[in-house]
Order: sequence, then structure tokens, then C-alpha cells
Amino acid sequence: MSVEASEVQRIAHLARLAMSDEKAREFAGGLSDIFAFVEQLDGAPIEGVEPMAHPLDAEQRLRPDAVTEPDNREGFQAIAPAVEGGLYLVPRVIE
Amino acid sequence: MEWETVIGLEIHAQLNTISKIFSGAPTAYGAEPNRQACAVDLGMPGVLPVLNQGAVEKAVMLGLAIDAEITPRSVFARKNYFYPDLPKGYQISQYELPIVARGHLDIELEDGTIKRIGVTRAHLEEDAGKSLHEGFELMTGIDLNRAGTPLIEIVSEPELRSAKEAVAYMKKLHSLVRYLDICDGNMQEGSFRCDANVSIRPKGQTEFGTRAELKNLNSFRFVERAINHEIERQIDVIEGGGSVVQETRLYDPDRDETRSMRTKEEANDYRYFPDPDLLPVVVDTAFVNQMREKLPELPDAKRARFVEQYGLSDYDAGVLTAAREMGDFYEAVAAGCGAPKLAANWVMGEFSAALNRSEVELAEAPVNAEGLAGLLARIQDETISGKIAKEVFEAMWNGEGDADTVIEAKGLKQITDTGAIDAIIDEVMANNPQQLEQYRGGKDKLFGFFVGQVMKATQGKANPAQVNERLKAKLDG
Repeated sequence: MSVEASEVQRIAHLARLAMSDEKAREFAGGLSDIFAFVEQLDGAPIEGVEPMAHPLDAEQRLRPDAVTEPDNREGFQAIAPAVEGGLYLVPRVIE
Repeated sequence: MEWETVIGLEIHAQLNTISKIFSGAPTAYGAEPNRQACAVDLGMPGVLPVLNQGAVEKAVMLGLAIDAEITPRSVFARKNYFYPDLPKGYQISQYELPIVARGHLDIELEDGTIKRIGVTRAHLEEDAGKSLHEGFELMTGIDLNRAGTPLIEIVSEPELRSAKEAVAYMKKLHSLVRYLDICDGNMQEGSFRCDANVSIRPKGQTEFGTRAELKNLNSFRFVERAINHEIERQIDVIEGGGSVVQETRLYDPDRDETRSMRTKEEANDYRYFPDPDLLPVVVDTAFVNQMREKLPELPDAKRARFVEQYGLSDYDAGVLTAAREMGDFYEAVAAGCGAPKLAANWVMGEFSAALNRSEVELAEAPVNAEGLAGLLARIQDETISGKIAKEVFEAMWNGEGDADTVIEAKGLKQITDTGAIDAIIDEVMANNPQQLEQYRGGKDKLFGFFVGQVMKATQGKANPAQVNERLKAKLDG
């Protein structure tokens, strides 16, 4: 499977990353190489093997339903670029 | 052309855990902005989600209540999209292997028939934060208190055929989550939200038409209105020679219309993949059985029992079991006064009317089950008539004491002494010779006049059955 520069641009846009066409072509080449490498797995005999959701053969541990996190708003907001009235401010988003 | 409507609902119910689904921050509603958003909720680098057992338990309880399959190994996935109230850039949800699959819910149609609606799946996920667009110059304010609140998204099959059916389904589910005590059901605060997928097709056609997704339906009334509007809009579009576009439309209750919300540029491309931070969630038989034991009596079962045990009509039983608290209240009143039908009439009648008038919740009602049972017992033992009981009830509601206190204080005890009643009847007859003559001349309708006069003379305290009997004897005699 090879990746086109246009596809790289589309994915970059979905993640809100700006990318020059030159960079996109460069990444398309790199990503295509990575896919080719991974595609070797297509040759592996997997008949009868259950699909894995996680490489570790383990189960999710559960946490009791209890409040353990104290309020640390001041600490978090000290490193935020902009806050007002307890809210984090971001460039206006219009629906 | 005759059109058929096809509706599927996606309902998001916030699970009423005290902490978040993947963090130990509290979930209480109404806190100051960002006081309940910890490092995990903020998507800080290096944090890891740890799943809340309470959320898993509640999801399994829902699954059991809708007779669904509980997935033994369900998997969390990342749903990727960009929005500032989702700081990680993805929502942790479930995709290919949801915790609950293939259940059903029976709804009652207007003509009383039961229709079974399939539930495709119900999956666990985290809620996003809130964006506040008003009041900032060129900026948007973000409150992440809600981020990470556990949600269960319940997806129906496209088997609903009208707005009314959609509302019936939604109400049924709303009642169920409250019975199960897994969600507070508060629609105004967004604890129970609904999106509707609506399409139309020519009657008889098997393929589905193109659907529009309606969002922001936060009341039963809005759901019905928004869907009906959308059906009309789609019929207009198609009959006008156009075609329906697949899109998300937002319902605006002020203008009572839906309008397009997303352009194609934002077409859903969520690039789901299993979340490497979370392992498969194993729910074994022992866990499922434990949850099964925790299930309360569910609305349909309770309704059938009320019909059987108390001899109520199916309709009355349905009204009394719609909310769990009301069913419990009714049972306490019925047991307390020993008259189940009388109790049903009063709980649904005077009592519910008083609740509505005073705009209070059942738990805060000034007359409790014991108090109401005490009043009904006085009707039962003929201390007071049903009519006088309404007066006593009002006094009780206004805090004037229990039934016996009010009856005593106001001297409302029923007159059952035949001698006393006879004396009053004689007086009424003597005072109304003209009517008496007409009655005896064959004007039977005047009987009611005499009953009224006697009741008036006793301020309604005479036993009505006795008055009828004695009047009849004396007038005809």
C-alpha cells in the first residue's frame, strides 16, 4: 500500500496540522515505506488466531468508583496560555 | 405519494457514578468551571486512563434490563476528531466490540398494542467538555468539568415509524435508567440526551432513504416536534424534485425548525482504532450474575404485578409505575389504608394534582405516604366522605396536621346518626314546600335538589348513602 501526498494532506487537516506540499510528499514516501515494512505480516500464517485488541495478554483493571483527585485548577491554569473566569480560552470556534 | 418514516435513536445517558470514567475527579453537576477537571480529563502528557468499575456495573445492568448480550471481552477505541472541548484530540469510546449488544425494548403504541424495538448496541464512552461561545472577544471559553463523565450510548435499530413511537421509546428508556438508578435522567442538565436519525421512503419500499441526523433534542416535546418538522422538510424536498442530503441538523426550539449544522468538509472521518492505553474489559459470568441480583423489579413487571395484586386497570398500573418512586409511594399508601383502588385514585388524582400545582418533587411533598394512608383510612371507616376528604387533604398539604387532627379541629366528622339526618331532612322538606309538591307530582329530577339542600345544611358532613336512603323514604312516604 502506498500513500499519496493528497492523503497525507487530508489526515494533516483532520488533525489541524499545517503542512507544505513538499513536506507532504516527503511524508508520503516515508509512510509508504513503513506500510511496506508492516505488510510483510500479511504473509504470516494467522489461521485460527484470535484478533488481538492489545499486545499484552492481560485484562483491564478496574478502579473503585471513588473521588481521589483534588481540585488543582490554579496549578493547571498557571501553565495555560489564556484563562478567564476559570475557563480556558482558545481561539473562537464557530459551529 | 404515501411516505413511510424511518427513525433510529441514539440516546446518551450519563451514568451517575460519583467519579469519572477514567479518572478520580468528581462528576457532580454545577461546580465552578474546571474545578472538577484533573490531569487525565485535561489530556495532560503522560497520564493514563483507569476504568471505573461503577461505570462497567451500570452498563451491564442496563444490558440485562433490555435482555441484551453482554460482551465478555469488550474493547475501548479512540474516536479521533478535533475540537477544543476534547483536549486529547480523541474521545475514548467503544467501536467494534461494545459492552452491550443486541437487546430490545417494548413500547406501547397509542392503540395499546405492544411493539418491540431492537437495540443494536450500547457502549461506554467519555463525555466531552463544554464550549462557551458567548461573552469573549474572538475567543471561546472551555469548561472541562464534564469531560470524562461516563456515558452509555444506546443505539436503536431503525424500527421506529413515527415521532410518537420515538417519544414512546425514549420515555420507556428514560423510565428504565431511573428504575435501574444508573442515570438521574435530568434532561435539562444534559444527563439524558437524544439524537435522531430520520429518513423517509415511499411506502412499501424496502431500501432506506438518505437520513439526516437531528441533534440537540433535550426534551420529549422537542423530539416529537423536531422529527415531525424534519419529516415534512424531507417530503417537501423530495416532492419538489430534490434529494435529501446526508447531514447533521440542529433543532432550534425558539424558531421550531431544524437547520444544517455541518458542511461536507467536516465529513465524519473518525479513524477509530483500539486505545493502546486500555486493555480489553473482561466481564465474566460471575460478574454478570452479581449484577443480575442487583436488578430491581423493572417497570413492566411491576405494572403486571399491580394489575394482579391490587386489581388495578392496566392503564392505572402503567401511570403508577412510570416512575419508580411513584410506584413505591403508591404501594406504601395502599398498604397503609388497606384500600388499593381508593389509594390509586387518590395518588393519581388529588395527590398528583397537588404535586403539579406546588411544583414539588415526590420526595419533598408535604403529605407523605403515611399521611395520605391515614386520610384514606378515614374514608374507609366512614368518618368522612370522599368530598370532605378533599378538604382535609388540602389542609394537610398546607401543614395543618394529619388527617385526624384536621378532622377534629374543623369538626368535619361525618354525620351518621339517622335521627340527626332525619331531622335535617324534615327541615329541608318544610322549607321547600313548592319543590316537594312538584316532586310528589312526578318531577323525579328534583331528588337531586333535595340531596343538595341536605348536604348544604350539614356542610357536606352527612353520610351521602344514608342521606339518599332516608330522603327516598321520606319524600315518597
